[in-house]
Amino acid sequence: MESLEQIKARAEAAIPGAKIDIVPNLGPANQPSLLIDNEHAPAIAKFLRDDPTLRLDFCSNVTGVDWLDRVTKKTVKVKKVVEGEEKEVNEPIEERIPGYLEAVYHLFSMAHKHGPITIRMRTRDRGEGARLPSLTPVWRSAEFQEREIFDLYGIRFDGHPDLRRILMWDEFEDHPMRKDYVQPDDFEWEPTPHDDVLARAKQHYAPRPAEQELRPS
Amino acid sequence: MGEGQIDEALRTELQRQGVWVTSMQELYNWGRKNSIWPLQFGLACCAIEMIATAASRYDIARFGGEIFRPSPRQADLMIVAGTVTKKMAPQIVRLYNQMADPKYVISMGACAISGGPFKQGYNVLKGIDRYIPVDVYIPGCPPRPEALLHAFMELQRKIDEQKLTGADKAAHLDPEEPSEFPVPAFGKHDLEPPANPDVFQPPELKRV
Amino acid sequence: MSATVQTLEAMERPPVTMSSRLEGELLEVSMGPQHPSTHGVFRMNVTLDGEIVRKLKPVFGYLHRNHEQIGEQTTYLGSMPYTDRLDYFCSMSNNWAYALSVEKLAGIEVPERAEYLRVILAELTRLQNHASLLGFLLSDMGAWGTPLMYAFREREKILDLFESLAGSRMMCDYMRFGGCRVDADDNWLAGARKIVDRFPKFLDEFEELILGNEIVIARTQNVGKLSADLAISAGITGPMLRACGVNYDVRKVDGYGFYPRFKFRIPLGEHGDTYDRLMMRALEMRESVEILKQALAQIQPGAIVNPKAKIRAFRPPVGEAYGRIEAPKGELGFYLISDGGPNPYRYRVRPPSFINLTVLEDLCLGHTVADVMVILGSVDIVMGEVDR
Repeated sequence: MESLEQIKARAEAAIPGAKIDIVPNLGPANQPSLLIDNEHAPAIAKFLRDDPTLRLDFCSNVTGVDWLDRVTKKTVKVKKVVEGEEKEVNEPIEERIPGYLEAVYHLFSMAHKHGPITIRMRTRDRGEGARLPSLTPVWRSAEFQEREIFDLYGIRFDGHPDLRRILMWDEFEDHPMRKDYVQPDDFEWEPTPHDDVLARAKQHYAPRPAEQELRPS
Repeated sequence: MGEGQIDEALRTELQRQGVWVTSMQELYNWGRKNSIWPLQFGLACCAIEMIATAASRYDIARFGGEIFRPSPRQADLMIVAGTVTKKMAPQIVRLYNQMADPKYVISMGACAISGGPFKQGYNVLKGIDRYIPVDVYIPGCPPRPEALLHAFMELQRKIDEQKLTGADKAAHLDPEEPSEFPVPAFGKHDLEPPANPDVFQPPELKRV
Repeated sequence: MSATVQTLEAMERPPVTMSSRLEGELLEVSMGPQHPSTHGVFRMNVTLDGEIVRKLKPVFGYLHRNHEQIGEQTTYLGSMPYTDRLDYFCSMSNNWAYALSVEKLAGIEVPERAEYLRVILAELTRLQNHASLLGFLLSDMGAWGTPLMYAFREREKILDLFESLAGSRMMCDYMRFGGCRVDADDNWLAGARKIVDRFPKFLDEFEELILGNEIVIARTQNVGKLSADLAISAGITGPMLRACGVNYDVRKVDGYGFYPRFKFRIPLGEHGDTYDRLMMRALEMRESVEILKQALAQIQPGAIVNPKAKIRAFRPPVGEAYGRIEAPKGELGFYLISDGGPNPYRYRVRPPSFINLTVLEDLCLGHTVADVMVILGSVDIVMGEVDR
């Protein structure tokens, strides 16, 4: 099978204006992915499906990922005047990456029996801009899985034939797989030595008298 | 000796003479406990063990419980076999309400008792006893078929001890006792209400 | 619709079918979540024209027990028992798929004996899953009890094997990252050989009982036809895909485990109808018996777990991995994203029976409502996996 660089070059040549980035994956699995731009996503998906050497006709897995706002620390070389002399100094800077939601598609080829090729799309933000083009017209198998992402992550897929909640009930308002979802506090937290569980247990029993201090048993 | 009771010595003596003496209460309970028809209704993993219990190896027919009815109108026993999700809970309460009195509930497996391993899930009800009364709890994940048979025999013993008359008579004979319970509604974040206080009174948690 | 008096003249005309009399008057029926043949708490909103299905919308979520979120809150190993409860007929296959994905994520090798044990247990799982499925399917068709009892008799024998090895009948929690949890002794292997050797006899009996039956043929042939193009586009996998004639089996394509070492064939269907799907299971069981015979003959003593694999404080390097196996119901995949912590940042299950339901409406349109149950039965769903 072709390398991702080759696929990227050919796809960008075939679709004018398309922009594809390669997201590296440094782990032992070494499954890097293609980050495709939202505007041309359906065209790129069609290209991947119909291109005779790729023929990625089988979209196996579609899923969402929630990335919260992150702060990464980097050291960059900055030119500075130190003691009257211009020098290159390593200076730590904090870069704030705004959060976004991601839809990940794993593609295989049943015709050529190769794969996986991973493609991903990112939303603008986690609020109003959580919209992506639907790839259900290209691969029918995304139909239920995109509905599931809409239900659990709250990404709206434009062009999806039937975008409704699938797992939770229709009246439900939250998106429970998001990392910042707070679930209803409707049961007793057993006191255990796990710190975060203990913290939640304390929160649950907050109105109790102070002398009944909660201790791990 | 209470009402409806027979002197055991007299009964044995009469039986020797070929006369079988019984009381209405004994006959009623005997018939009822040996023909419990469960509702054919499985939720999750435990349902497979329930089917295994009904299959040839464990053979629940030995206890008169093999007639699984698909309609709640014909069933006496609801085996809540598996995880009760919040989306499913209103349906279960509705099915319970549709069953004719007297009706019994076995809460099979850790999930139906308390949420079990899935207790921390946002869509998992933390025990079916929040909405309907439960007669027998049987722990396990899933309980073995033998354990379900044990629960079944416990229920039979419970039925055998029912009184037909008096102040402590069986609940289904008391017109004051409710036989239907309110069905929870789907809310914006959770079921409303999250538990029925008439049914669910958890004991105060004692901590050291 | 108005009541008509049947005159003699009218009775001599060709019989008026139910569907033609009710034309134009659509009836909406909610089948499930409590229904004897929905294989759990599955619900379909069916729009009927007489007896004919005009629209079918599946409703999910009645067993949505938040497997994925719990998987993101527990350690990697802590999710292993939860995978048992995905497809609760096939806990061993689920264990394998998860272990395989984590091994990909962390780059762990598996010793030879463990791979053999995995193949043996996965194929035993396939045997008992397919046997039970055929029993349930026949139950849905009206053969109430008997085929299911035969299937469960065989299933109990295999569950006994699982219990003596893993300690539990259904929830085996047997595999570990880099191997298996306990070793199988010679007695166990001898017992497994005995059951495998006797299995074809059961298959002969079972196939004779059900597959040549006139009613089975009448109810399944040409019912619920699926075309190969639609199947590929809709991501159908497993026996359902191969019933359409598409030769795609992850055991052959990926060659995971030691499957390339065994000689076995992939049965393929021709028509893609319910009968082919049913036959696919029967034929696959025969091939599984072949694999089991070879594996049980080839297995050698040795280590069952990679000593380099860490059990405690297991933290895979940052990265992501998608691993998949051919589970009895189709392609079962796990997609994991590690941020270097003790629990996965993203834990996703690719449930085969959920995705196989994508085409349920296409299969049922134009058939009678009684056929819906047969078609659904032939898809082979387990709600624990569909809703997770």
